[in-house]
Amino acid sequence: MNGVPLAAYLALGLFMFTAGVVGVVIRRSPIVIFMCIELMLNAVNLTFLAFARYQFSTAPALAQNPELATSNSIMGGQMMVIFVMAVAAAEVAVGLGIIMAIFRLRQNIDVDELNLLKG
Amino acid sequence: MLYLPVPQTEWALILPILMVVLSGIFGLVVEMVHPKRDNNLIVTASIIGLLMSAFLLAVQFGAPPIRSFGDMVLRDPLALSMQFIIVIGTALVILFSEAYLREKKIPFGEFYPLILWSATGAMLMVSTTNLLLIFVGLEILSISLYVLAGLCRTEERSEESAMKYFLLGAFASGFLLYGIAFIYGATGSLQLESIATALQIGNPTGRTLLMFGLAMLLIGLGFKASFVPFHQWTPDVYEGAPTNVTAYMATVAKVAAFTALFRLLGASTGLKEFWVPVLGIIAVLTMLGGNLMALRQTDIKRILAYSSISHAGYVLVAIMAHGIAPDKVGPNAIIYYMASYTLMTIGSFAIVSLGARNGKESTSLHDLHGMWQRSPAVAFCLIVFVASLIGLPPTSGFWGKTLIFSDALTAGLTPLAVVLAVASIISVYYYVNIAYHAFVPDGTDADTARMRPGSLALRSACILCAAGVIGTVIFFTPFINAFGAK
Repeated sequence: MNGVPLAAYLALGLFMFTAGVVGVVIRRSPIVIFMCIELMLNAVNLTFLAFARYQFSTAPALAQNPELATSNSIMGGQMMVIFVMAVAAAEVAVGLGIIMAIFRLRQNIDVDELNLLKG
Repeated sequence: MLYLPVPQTEWALILPILMVVLSGIFGLVVEMVHPKRDNNLIVTASIIGLLMSAFLLAVQFGAPPIRSFGDMVLRDPLALSMQFIIVIGTALVILFSEAYLREKKIPFGEFYPLILWSATGAMLMVSTTNLLLIFVGLEILSISLYVLAGLCRTEERSEESAMKYFLLGAFASGFLLYGIAFIYGATGSLQLESIATALQIGNPTGRTLLMFGLAMLLIGLGFKASFVPFHQWTPDVYEGAPTNVTAYMATVAKVAAFTALFRLLGASTGLKEFWVPVLGIIAVLTMLGGNLMALRQTDIKRILAYSSISHAGYVLVAIMAHGIAPDKVGPNAIIYYMASYTLMTIGSFAIVSLGARNGKESTSLHDLHGMWQRSPAVAFCLIVFVASLIGLPPTSGFWGKTLIFSDALTAGLTPLAVVLAVASIISVYYYVNIAYHAFVPDGTDADTARMRPGSLALRSACILCAAGVIGTVIFFTPFINAFGAK
């Protein structure tokens, strides 16, 4: 484990997630907003893998959570990451398609200009 | 030779879902072989596929609850009835879609496969307690809907709504996944039931992780179910998307999100002192906010969007009642309410879709003028839907609200029940306003784009919805016996 504790991974994940959320809220270009969403998803992946590696696969962790940790536990987290990556790829395909369609209509994709619909 | 044992699988559990997937694939193949023809074959095949799926679900009613596919898929009364509602709702939307898409000049055959696959995601989502499958189902549902919202490629409003829906949907998925990650970290499993197990063990670190995870999951699902304060996207997306897609989003997508929330809260009763105050405030804001904001709208689609927000608030009360006392409060109220809500909302949007003509669409209240003279049957259906949306006695909306009310009292949520009643009274004003405009005589020249009688398919969709709204009241007891949990 080289001395890097679980908390460090979780903190990095939280930092990435927060950076993603802040980016989505303050940036104006849909492409950048989209990159920030990807950053959030990667933070999720990091968190999943850190939990799978530390919480359920080491000897002390097994001793701590004997009722919880099984071989399925490790697998569950790792499989989830694969699914998140696959779904993120599908979202990219559709999202870029929508951005392209808007660009064709108005030669501009700034989200502040998207104001035809207002409450 | 040594073979790994093949796990026993109950194919009957996923057969209805497979049926819907296959009819979607069939539709796409037809479109590929005969591109740009009329879509009658695809429509027929889709509706037949959905009816067969509904039949396959109906024969399973009353069968014992089981799990299969490595505990991924389950069959219980809630899963069966919600799948049934999804299938019927999708069929009704498809029934009135073709005429609308032609009038709107977007007669793409791809519409039908996309909406069927979207329904598949919703069906997966309601028939599982596995967080991985809930996530995958939600994404299948949403990604198809992003495309459908932007179906009208030449109209800026449609593309804008697709973009908003897409960015906020993906944002919400991020929160949902982050929540799942922490629940996994606390429990070591992706099954919702393990939350209760982990709480019994009572590890304080685990409890903190669970609370954080639950909060993130609630934010993610709150976006999808459009609770106030996560509702800002709803009116914009509902207004910009094609009307038949809006009808689908407001019903089927919500059914799936509510069912996932129902299972989540039912599994996390042990954390109720944490989520009851938070969700209580959200429920009050959603019920009152949705209705108050609807008062100042003049576009029917926006009124119905805010109305769907307030209905989400009513359902949230029923879900909270179940989460507080899972043993005493069953899923009957939410099943009945969602069935009635789906029928009346699809019916109303079908009537709104009459505003489309020659590639344009007008959906302001004034476009309803004179409907009573031109098409009495449709106007009568509109009265039924409005009465049901308000919750007047001879309609299913009334019984749905009564069930939620009694559930809330059983679970000790009296303040929320009172707010529900007050919010329903506020809603009378704008709902009656819709009905009133259908009876205003058409003063100006008759050639202006007004809502007109519409096709046979559309009228039959309206009449079916109205018949359902009344029928679920007349056959209330058989309905609850067939659909509800004993």
